[in-house]
Amino acid sequence: MKLHEYQAKELFRRYAVPVPEGAPAADVSQALAVAQRLGVWPLMVKAQILAGGRGKGGGVRRVADEAGLAEAAAAILSAPLFTAQTGVAGQVVHQLLVEQQLEVARELYLAITPDRASGTFLIMASQSGGVDIEAVARAMPDQLIRVAIDPLLGLQPFHCRNLAFGLNLPVTLHHSFAELLTRLFQLFLENDCALVEINPLAITPAGQLVALDAKVELDDAGLPRHPELEVWRDAAAIDPLELAATRAGLNYIKLDGNIGNLVNGAGLAMATMDLIKQAGGEPANFLDVGGGASVAMIEEGMRIILADPQVKGILVNIFGGLLRCDLLAEGLIRAARNHTITVPLVIRLEGTNAGEGRRLLAESGLNLITAGDLSEATARIAAIVRGGEA
Amino acid sequence: MSIFIDHHTRLLVQGLTGREGSFHALQCREYGTKVVAGVTPGKGGQEVDGVPVFNTVHEAVAATQANCSLLFVPPLLAADAILEAAEAGIPLVVAITEHIPVLDLFRVKRYLAGTHCRLIGPNSPGLISPGRAKVGIMPGGIHLPGGIGVISRSGTLTYEVVYQLTGMGLGQSTCIGIGGDPLVGTTFIDCLAAFEADPETTGVVLVGEIGGNAEEEAAAFVAEKMRKPVVGFVAGLTAPPGRRMGHAGAIVSGAGSSASAKIAALEEGGIRVCRDLGGLGRMCREVFAGEQR
Repeated sequence: MKLHEYQAKELFRRYAVPVPEGAPAADVSQALAVAQRLGVWPLMVKAQILAGGRGKGGGVRRVADEAGLAEAAAAILSAPLFTAQTGVAGQVVHQLLVEQQLEVARELYLAITPDRASGTFLIMASQSGGVDIEAVARAMPDQLIRVAIDPLLGLQPFHCRNLAFGLNLPVTLHHSFAELLTRLFQLFLENDCALVEINPLAITPAGQLVALDAKVELDDAGLPRHPELEVWRDAAAIDPLELAATRAGLNYIKLDGNIGNLVNGAGLAMATMDLIKQAGGEPANFLDVGGGASVAMIEEGMRIILADPQVKGILVNIFGGLLRCDLLAEGLIRAARNHTITVPLVIRLEGTNAGEGRRLLAESGLNLITAGDLSEATARIAAIVRGGEA
Repeated sequence: MSIFIDHHTRLLVQGLTGREGSFHALQCREYGTKVVAGVTPGKGGQEVDGVPVFNTVHEAVAATQANCSLLFVPPLLAADAILEAAEAGIPLVVAITEHIPVLDLFRVKRYLAGTHCRLIGPNSPGLISPGRAKVGIMPGGIHLPGGIGVISRSGTLTYEVVYQLTGMGLGQSTCIGIGGDPLVGTTFIDCLAAFEADPETTGVVLVGEIGGNAEEEAAAFVAEKMRKPVVGFVAGLTAPPGRRMGHAGAIVSGAGSSASAKIAALEEGGIRVCRDLGGLGRMCREVFAGEQR
């Protein structure tokens, strides 16, 4: 789960990691109220969306007075924001962050993430803050300092020193940098973070370190330990079909194609999408109903696929292991009874109780096509959907 | 022969008294695995269909000489259960549990590096040496004893691959699901090395997917160290970047972790990569012809 910047900064405050004074606002009057409370100018107005590149998209603005703030807040809230990461549809902005604008002498980059390749917690830092860090890593790999932290040992003073010297920080700042990094590392561990990133980490002319931006991504598997963070989940930022799927215990991701598919197991679901594409079709979704799916979950999966108006045909590919094919058949039959299926349906069943599943489907009177193997199934559905469009 | 498990395997099931634990423990036993004990704290002294339940792994090992643990413990308790098994001297722990917090796993893996305990998984379907032992949740009936080793990051996708192999008459020495999480105890390379050293294994099928760089590392290992033929498959060519595709570890981030980059790396390592899953069995028959005895 990704946190909004204002949420990440709230988390930073709880760990005494310095951030600019500020607060979220959902409309112009709230934004003006925040400004009044802060009592300083100029201020920054920042669109709160879960995608990067906001500055270039016009979602981050500097305002000098109340009139400027009202105008900027209204403008950002009135139209979807388009950035390199939002996709063509853009993202609607529901929330702003209004905060004090600080003078900046230097901008650094600092991040902590679990590194799957090395099995360590990786701290990354750079003297080139405030820019696209992946571009820095590509163009000037020497500019990116990497310090690997042993998960059993944790952050040590020498790690902090190595980073402080590597960043060419004045010695007078070493102590406050080590303090900030220690708190940030503690935040990372205690909240099951998948990423903590500060870009930029500013050094003010007065020699203060301040996190001007804050990006936190939480490990979904760790969230059950943190109910106080779970309440920050922004349902409005999630596709409604994906939200419905998550609530039903299904893994669903909406895509741009027109062939819906329902598969058990993530790997097989990805491979099925690839086969649809290779057969000349375009997958409309990724849907993994999982190993322990119930009849109700299968029905809900079909309902979600059918709710996507782009879907012109559906492929069901099940390799029964934990999930029995007869149970799958029951779910499909119930879905057909409760939700009208108006698009062609191709089904491929193999594995546990496949014979029983095929018999149930045959006796149900449902209008569907049974395929013998995977290649046949994907070729059939792709051909049917292509023919239907012509 | 086979790798990691065989008829000497004496299986302990952590979480035996749960619904999944008891169902799969009995399925493993039905396949021929010696299921000698279960552990559920607080339920020591009970039995599940004749299998004795203990409060701690230490007690279970002392009483039954269990040498392998199959783990069905809930996600937030799983790291602790793996460590308990390792401390009790179990040399092989197979973790089925999905959604173990990532940071827990980093600590567990680092700790295990200093012990003699091998972890397979988590988020794994387990492993099977056809005709000898099954330590996992895969349908036993689709397997056939033989000489092909199968390694995969996925569950049902592996069943599909095995089903096609068996359909072509290509039996398997051992089939291992290493797990779909970002960090797993046993890697592709560990399995490739074990298959290369196993006299019964004549060829290997490696089933990868998007995310991380395990396939790239495997490709380099095959190029340098392996003489046995390897066939590869990678799922996720159509996966959109930045989205987690069901498995916690299946996410395209940056250029390196995409399916096409992995396919290119595998081919560079001398691995024949199948692009059409429906034709994988046929390709294996072609590549492994003459290798199979």
